[in-house]
Amino acid sequence: MSIEKNEEFRPKIVAFCCNWCSYAGADLAGSSRMTYSADVKIIRVPCSCRVNPMFILRAFERGADGVIMCGCHPGDCHYTSGNYYARRRMTLLFSMLDYIGVESGRTRVEWVSAAEGAKFSETMHEFVDKITSLGKNVRLEDLRCRNL
Amino acid sequence: MQRIGVFVCHCGTNIAATVDVKKVAEMALHEPGVVHAEDYAYMCSEAGQELIHKAIKEKHLTGLVVCSCSPRMHETTFRNAAEKAGLNPYMVEIANIREHCSWIHKDIEEATEKAVILMRAAIAKVNLDAPLKPGESHVTKRALVIGGGIAGIQTALDIAEAGYPVDIVEKTPSIGGRMSQLDKTFPTLDCSSCILTPKMGEVNAHPNINIYTYSEVESVSGFVGDFTVEIRRKARSVDMDKCTGCGVCQDKCPSKKTPSEFNRGLGTRSAIYTPFAQAVPNVPVIDRDACIKFKTGKCGICSKVCLAGAIDYDQTDEIVTEKYGAIVVATGFDMIKLDKYDEYAYSQSKDVITSLELERIMNAAGPTGGHLERLSDGKAPKEIVFIQCVGSRCADDRGKSYCSKVCCMYTAKHAMLIRDKYPDVNVTVFYIDVRTPGKNFDEFYRRAVEEYGVNYIKGQVGKVIPQPDGKLLVQGADLLDNKQILKEADMVVLAAAIEPNPDVRKIATMLTASIDTNNFLTEAHAKLRPVESPTAGIFLSGVCQGPKDIPETVSQAGAAAVKAIGLLAKDKLLTNPCTAQSDELLCNGCSQCANVCPYGAITYENKEVNDHGIREIRRLAVVNDALCQGCGACTVTCPSGAMDLQGFSNRQILAEVDAICR
Repeated sequence: MSIEKNEEFRPKIVAFCCNWCSYAGADLAGSSRMTYSADVKIIRVPCSCRVNPMFILRAFERGADGVIMCGCHPGDCHYTSGNYYARRRMTLLFSMLDYIGVESGRTRVEWVSAAEGAKFSETMHEFVDKITSLGKNVRLEDLRCRNL
Repeated sequence: MQRIGVFVCHCGTNIAATVDVKKVAEMALHEPGVVHAEDYAYMCSEAGQELIHKAIKEKHLTGLVVCSCSPRMHETTFRNAAEKAGLNPYMVEIANIREHCSWIHKDIEEATEKAVILMRAAIAKVNLDAPLKPGESHVTKRALVIGGGIAGIQTALDIAEAGYPVDIVEKTPSIGGRMSQLDKTFPTLDCSSCILTPKMGEVNAHPNINIYTYSEVESVSGFVGDFTVEIRRKARSVDMDKCTGCGVCQDKCPSKKTPSEFNRGLGTRSAIYTPFAQAVPNVPVIDRDACIKFKTGKCGICSKVCLAGAIDYDQTDEIVTEKYGAIVVATGFDMIKLDKYDEYAYSQSKDVITSLELERIMNAAGPTGGHLERLSDGKAPKEIVFIQCVGSRCADDRGKSYCSKVCCMYTAKHAMLIRDKYPDVNVTVFYIDVRTPGKNFDEFYRRAVEEYGVNYIKGQVGKVIPQPDGKLLVQGADLLDNKQILKEADMVVLAAAIEPNPDVRKIATMLTASIDTNNFLTEAHAKLRPVESPTAGIFLSGVCQGPKDIPETVSQAGAAAVKAIGLLAKDKLLTNPCTAQSDELLCNGCSQCANVCPYGAITYENKEVNDHGIREIRRLAVVNDALCQGCGACTVTCPSGAMDLQGFSNRQILAEVDAICR
């Protein structure tokens, strides 16, 4: 494993955002010019229930240092119940990740509504800080995938 | 292999100021499948779309990536542009390099690097895009309006006038809403009921409008153009067809001690009641919690005096199921509870009242017959203090962060009316700012000060202390003269903040409509789509969307009606083709997908499959495209990986993940 020296650690963070609440919340953060780190890259999904645990594992495998999933507040899902499924799946996945040694701070679920641009920005700040303090993800990364 | 064209938008300087757009376009050419890349000042403009058109034709593009603003803004624009050039519109992906990049980052290098990564993810996705074709769904040409205040009334009238049937569901026994409780309206000082009651009558008489009062929405299912709504018609205990509205039952009812909701608890009403004299429909309701017959089994006077024989103690709640193409939410507002504002002594003194209570006191049909008097001893007040922003523009969590918008104007109105009718009464208003943006509003406020001599003091009140002699000692600050003020008053009126009707959260959940932290419904776009919810087919009318006065509410109600009419006028709607699809060879018919589908879109069929030469009949999941809304719940649940979502397929999302982590 290579040790990066003298280089500031910039985490790779993948954020899954549901189209109806969190993606719109991220848009609002943008149009309100609320800054957060460029290390966060957002993937749009129709609903948080579209996020397959496999996607999160893949992100870690490919070298992501943190993965955050954002959805509508419980009860406010555009598809009525999708975020409840997502919540259960993520609880299960995160406990499994914890078991295999991926620090629990590397994953997070947050509910952000379309009106909560400020919350989106704050959440991303916090998450980036957390991942930066945890450092590079080494547990799940598949080194064969580096520089593919 | 796709032939992809990448178009990078400058958005003037919105993107170009922080993202090196030329570099992004140049980097695009290194990506697999990209055969064309260019940047332009405004991709969404006619000229920008022309560039797309030209490139599709000349380079035979099979897919597009537009690096621009949010797909929520211009995805449709670029899809349409692609379609015009003969490309399937679902072969377009947007890289959001404005809201998610240039607007939030300051450093050009950092923002450019991120923009390139977002572009790569979009290219990876479009590489796996497949052409999709939207289906069609029908439109039920009937609208539902939830709430029968001025917003709901106006929306219903406008839709009905366009020739479509409308149902109004109103929770209370009569339509009319908050406006029916008001005495006068600013800035014209029109009598509120004089302008409202004709509209209520019009709604009642309109052949296209059907009113369900004393009713609530119980459940909503379906989607735009085809909602199925269950409405609970609560037991009125009075037969609406037989009742003549003579009012004898109300006169004779022996249970008369229930606080009147209409008079904000200041007066009482009988157990069988209509909220107010001009109620529509003019059919009373028996309040079963207050009725002696329902409590003890004895009484039955109303039934004896009713010549029409309309009283029906055995009536039960009835559920009506109806189909609608469009739903308009007009649930209105209430004033906040003042239990967290004990410093104003609202709970300690009867002479500290809210503005809406003053409205009832000033009204000729109100609890005091329109005489301004102290509720504690019935004496005429000589000194009245108004306190503004009680719970509005509040920095802590006791109140609301927003401005309630109507208080400055109605307080000027109250002050003016009091000074006009009772010139010997002194009126003082404590305010933070006087906000009068509106036609003839500032002139109105200035009249209150200059013509009617209302004493405006800039400063907040810290405490109202009830005195042993019944007076109220008001402690406040005068910020302009920089001094403390102690003022004895006979009456204190609090301009309490307005908040959305507490029921709106429940309704928003049923409608899957977005709602903000203050419980106001969120509009699809703050500027461009202010009367539509992001959920298709749901429209917003009145204060449920944000604080408004009556003229604004009526304008918005008309706008919501037009949007609903625009939907109802269509015969067919195009459905979202990003639906789930099951791979027949992988599906094992386990039913897990059907269990999580919120729309009942998945059924099972016995189908013949050819699995590597073996022909057999298997039980397979089949998705009904017309019902599937594309949430993707089934795709993750499926244990055999047979379910996938078109437009957001597993391979596509994984490709995006890979591109971002590369």
